[in-house]
Amino acid sequence: MSGPGFDLARVRADFPILRQEVRGRPLVYLDSAATGQKPQAMLDALTRFYTHDNANVHRGVHILSERATQAFEDARETVRRFIHAKDVREVIFVRGTTEAINLVAATYGRKHVGPGDEVLISAMEHHSNIVPWQMVCDAAGAKLRVIPVDDRGELRMDAVDALLTEKTRLLAITHVSNALGSVNPIKELVAKAHAKNIPVLVDGAQSVTHFPVDVQDLGCDFYAFSGHKLFGPTGIGVLYGKLSMLESLPPYQGGGDMILSVTMEKTVYNRVPHRFEAGTPDMAGAVGLAAAIRYLEALGMENVSQHDQWLLAYATDALQSVPGLKLVGTAPRKTGVLSFTLEDVHPHDVGTILDQEGICIRTGHHCAQPLMQRFGVAATARASLALYNTREDVDALVKGLHKVKEVFA
Amino acid sequence: MSSDLKDLYQEVVLEHSKRPRNFRVVEGATCAAEGYNPLCGDQLSVTLKLEDGVIRDIGFQGQGCAISKASASLMTGAVKDKTREEAEALFERVHTLVTEGPDKVDVESLGKLAVLSGVSEFPARVKCASLAWHTLHAALDGRSTSVSTE
Repeated sequence: MSGPGFDLARVRADFPILRQEVRGRPLVYLDSAATGQKPQAMLDALTRFYTHDNANVHRGVHILSERATQAFEDARETVRRFIHAKDVREVIFVRGTTEAINLVAATYGRKHVGPGDEVLISAMEHHSNIVPWQMVCDAAGAKLRVIPVDDRGELRMDAVDALLTEKTRLLAITHVSNALGSVNPIKELVAKAHAKNIPVLVDGAQSVTHFPVDVQDLGCDFYAFSGHKLFGPTGIGVLYGKLSMLESLPPYQGGGDMILSVTMEKTVYNRVPHRFEAGTPDMAGAVGLAAAIRYLEALGMENVSQHDQWLLAYATDALQSVPGLKLVGTAPRKTGVLSFTLEDVHPHDVGTILDQEGICIRTGHHCAQPLMQRFGVAATARASLALYNTREDVDALVKGLHKVKEVFA
Repeated sequence: MSSDLKDLYQEVVLEHSKRPRNFRVVEGATCAAEGYNPLCGDQLSVTLKLEDGVIRDIGFQGQGCAISKASASLMTGAVKDKTREEAEALFERVHTLVTEGPDKVDVESLGKLAVLSGVSEFPARVKCASLAWHTLHAALDGRSTSVSTE
């Protein structure tokens, strides 16, 4: 497999945080599935917004408000282009993936899920795509059903047809597992669900960072992702929804900007997408996210994907050379996530010892406890790759793991 | 290995984590509690026999990292045949040891538990070291609800 289709050294230079030493060693950041690091262009966009354009949106008649509104709505267009949505009104700014899913639960869920109905998820969901549906089902007297995964961490597609029934009101499923890296065949799932008139929500938190996403091609009804994992700021995220779907939904939160008119007797709600964006939005966040997206577009998401697969292949081989290491999640189609256990050493101890070497990984259940139970582990150690990671980072990880083994020998 | 890391993973800690003492359910236990560390999904249960205010027998089970297992193992040894009040007082001293360091507590009085002193240099691991103790506290309190380190 060929190397990245971009200059890796130059990309690394774009991320100022990577230039530092921690604990007396060069920083090796392998926790991008938790949050991505930020390119200078994104940081500059935030500073520029607050330095030159800051004002409230959609309200003022003055120049700054005009500029802020323009920047905010331009960011919406940048997101639309990035995920290939048909219409800019299909992009709703929220706080993150979690809020995006909760928005669908609170609007679509409340309207369409009733007693005896079912919501279908998968065994590899993040808690944020489990708990909101448990809450919806509990409130409605509905039932949560789960598509199983096999021992490699692949979705059991053979089980899907039987689980999509006339009672199913929604299929809510992750595009990429945060704990395993498995890539789910969303297009195929959407086709199966739509054949039975069941809408599909996709949790895209871990996919938009690794490969090009085209929501029209996927055909999904909702797509949720976070800005901070996408090398943008924290506190901003996106819910994509098909326009016809969004227009059929009741409002989410009540407040300013989501109305056309209010009397004490009655409120006329604003049009999509503003109907779902009550209150002052995270304007700088949206501007920063747009800058991060432009940065990725300049590199080319195809190139980002190529780098991911190149480094994943290298890292998979390198980790398997460590005696006693067992990868959890070996689906044929996966992204740069390496979850593993190391013989009798608990992941937390792995994490602490690697940290002393300046290596940041994630340890724990990755907010996917049911999935951990499926694989019979309480936790794993997880190294997750991003576009700025190198083979040297992987080599440092392997060296660090040998050190872990020494301590516990 | 850095000296901090050596302090954290002392021989005694590693030994107790590999061969935890009293790793069992106490038969005819009078008190029991479950402890969870939601951060990592670790779970631990403590069962004990309290007679006339004295801990006559104690065991623990569950899964966790080296620090949480060693701490639980050492704890069971340390509080056996102690009164409830003595056990609670020991918990206080261990808590000070792992949060504030060996300078803030009479280390001598802690016996083997002094090996947990290295934890104070690793704030992220304090919860691991204290999970068993919080669970013991809940068991002695007779609380039936599970405890959490969060």
